[in-house]
Amino acid sequence: MKNLLRSAVSLFVLLSLITGIAYPIMTTGIGRVLFPHQAAGSIISLNGKPVGSSLIGQNFTDPKHFWGRPSATAPQPYNGMASGGSNLGPLNPALLDAVKGRIDALKASDPSNARPIPADLVTASGSGLDPHISPEAAEYQAPRIAKARNIPIEKLNALIAQHTEARLWGIFGEPRVNVLELNLALDH
Amino acid sequence: MNSHAWVLLILYLVVLLLTVKPLGSYIANIVEGRGWAVRLGGRFESLLYRLCGVKADEEMGWLKYAFAVLLFNLLGVLAVYALQRLQHLLPLNPQAMANVSADSSFNTAISFATNTNWQGYAGESTMSYLTQMLGLTVQNFLSAATGIVVAIALIRGFARHTAKTIGNAWVDLTRITLYLLLPISLVYAVFLVGQGIIQNFDGYKDVATIEVTRYDNPKLDSSGQPMKDDKGNPVTESATTKTQTLPMGPVASQEAIKMLGTNGGGYFNANSAHPYENPTPLSNFVEMLSIFLIPAALCYTFGRMAGDTRQGWALLIAMTLVFAVMAAVAIHFEQQGNPLLGKLGVDMSAGNMEGKEARFGIADSGLFATITTLASCGAVNSMHDSFMPMGGFVPLLNMMLGEVIFGGVGSGLYGMLVFAVMAVFIAGLMIGRTPEYLGKKIEAYEMKMVSIAILVTPLLVLAGTAIATMAASGVAGIANPGAHGFSEILYAFTSAANNNGSAFAGLSANTPFYNDTLAVAMWFGRFGVIVPVLALAGALAAKKRIAATSGTMPTHGPLFIALLIGTVLLVGALNYVPALALGPVVEHLMLFASH
Repeated sequence: MKNLLRSAVSLFVLLSLITGIAYPIMTTGIGRVLFPHQAAGSIISLNGKPVGSSLIGQNFTDPKHFWGRPSATAPQPYNGMASGGSNLGPLNPALLDAVKGRIDALKASDPSNARPIPADLVTASGSGLDPHISPEAAEYQAPRIAKARNIPIEKLNALIAQHTEARLWGIFGEPRVNVLELNLALDH
Repeated sequence: MNSHAWVLLILYLVVLLLTVKPLGSYIANIVEGRGWAVRLGGRFESLLYRLCGVKADEEMGWLKYAFAVLLFNLLGVLAVYALQRLQHLLPLNPQAMANVSADSSFNTAISFATNTNWQGYAGESTMSYLTQMLGLTVQNFLSAATGIVVAIALIRGFARHTAKTIGNAWVDLTRITLYLLLPISLVYAVFLVGQGIIQNFDGYKDVATIEVTRYDNPKLDSSGQPMKDDKGNPVTESATTKTQTLPMGPVASQEAIKMLGTNGGGYFNANSAHPYENPTPLSNFVEMLSIFLIPAALCYTFGRMAGDTRQGWALLIAMTLVFAVMAAVAIHFEQQGNPLLGKLGVDMSAGNMEGKEARFGIADSGLFATITTLASCGAVNSMHDSFMPMGGFVPLLNMMLGEVIFGGVGSGLYGMLVFAVMAVFIAGLMIGRTPEYLGKKIEAYEMKMVSIAILVTPLLVLAGTAIATMAASGVAGIANPGAHGFSEILYAFTSAANNNGSAFAGLSANTPFYNDTLAVAMWFGRFGVIVPVLALAGALAAKKRIAATSGTMPTHGPLFIALLIGTVLLVGALNYVPALALGPVVEHLMLFASH
């Protein structure tokens, strides 16, 4: 019994040091050497100042910018300190109200747009930090941005096509556009 | 299911099945103390044993083995609890996270020691880097190793005859950790960093966002509680920000073992939906693969150690068939989307995107949800609470099957072997013969242990759900009205007692009521099964091996596979149909009625 306890405690301590200290430090060391940009958060800098991460979405509401997925984080959308989804069930009236509100906002910003509304543009993402929208969701917004910026829509569609990532090897994931990167390209 | 989803599912199965034999043989080698890995690490291993006073060649009987495992896991509970309660005083806490409350710390400690990884807290705003590493990452390794060694002990019960011992728990735990979990995790974690998962010890980073964000900030009273007006609505004031805080930390190292060890506890609140935990479709595919990797390989390990690899393949085929059907059903209903949104003019061709990430879409999310709930992993890359009623039914049912279709690392195999014994017992009753499995007679004592192991979890799930739906503090946590609210509670207890850890996360579970009741469900759902399984291992090891005769039912053919699947489904259905009917089934019918 005493032997069992001694073995349990000492083995627990030693395996903890190996898996809880040595292993994360080794991973950090190797990761920093091989992938320094990714290990530090894939930060995008503009004129030497960090303006975001290419993996973390930001809140856009200006008609001149592409808007991202609705975000359910609290208290503000795209709060990096409180990731999470809405967790609203499919029959919950609060879900239907929220979606209605988003449809109204899209319609108000571009009343003449009669296209069907892409689902990802009016439903909250799982993380609340989704950096992407579907190419359809970007194309849906192109007429609004063309008007607000007074530029030809063809130019915007070309920019969207240029920023569209396809399915990896035709199998993994969905085609998508990174909203922050697209807006940065639009601004500069 | 469309053709893209089928291609994804088939490719997943092909890649998974290719790994089974090499990894399964490797595991058999290391637990038998053979092969290149053991030779390479032999010196280091003996040094560890010397420091710990372990006599590596001294084996244990089942009772001592069970005692060692329990003791080892109790130390894990104490360590995780202490780290959370003291984190404010400890190093590696650049955000100055406060000490975690007593009930939340207790819940999390039990949760991670039992391989459940149910999470009542939000990682990015609660845990210091030290707690994440030395508490949670360590338990990700050690609880996974615990599950695997218990499975190995049960395999030895079948493989040995007239033996008094089932192995040395310390040696098994050390070898599984050092030769299996650690090297795979290290390579895997570095790959994940390459995909974009962060790995650093920096403080959180503030960035200046492109636009100003306007929002309503809840007003707090002098005691820090949110203020409410006369009608009970929160009082808010408008606020603006041009700063986004990006959380940092050693994420990749935790992510790798979180998936490989079927733990599932996210570094962040959004778990594998968070772009810093699962940045690309490729990282998503590899994460899915790593969940089933060890559970699938262990089937081969079982066959090889028991002296007939066909026995292991039979279990694996049964698991694969159930998995493929479940995945197809989940993806089908999610792809259909929510008809109520369709009525509002939303294009439904992309499916039900509420709670899902754009880079994953329906196929990668539905497949992930099926895998994570069949294995007792519990990581999520989409929010199950927002699934369609029948889309959410699949994860719930998957857990209710007892986490034996692949299941957790080790726990899936020992759970499935318990069902295999049950299946031969039922077959024996039908034809009036004494049942036997792998040359071992199944008698009253074995069936008692099997019955306890099978009945403990349904008892915890149903009693827990009943108590929570009657208690005011249980109902208070519900987020969604109607049948869905009941599903949230049912899901919580199903997830806890079966050591899964995923959630219908709308439920406000970080309360003393849920923290305590779910901790009880997790602990007994884990060790209420492990102890009878080890007793079964001891009893089987002590038996003589009887030769197969013409009257012996073969346990590697299609007949047995069908019988095994039937037994798993029947036990699951008999236990849970009434509860499922009150939750997702009612909700599905209501959706169609209103449609």
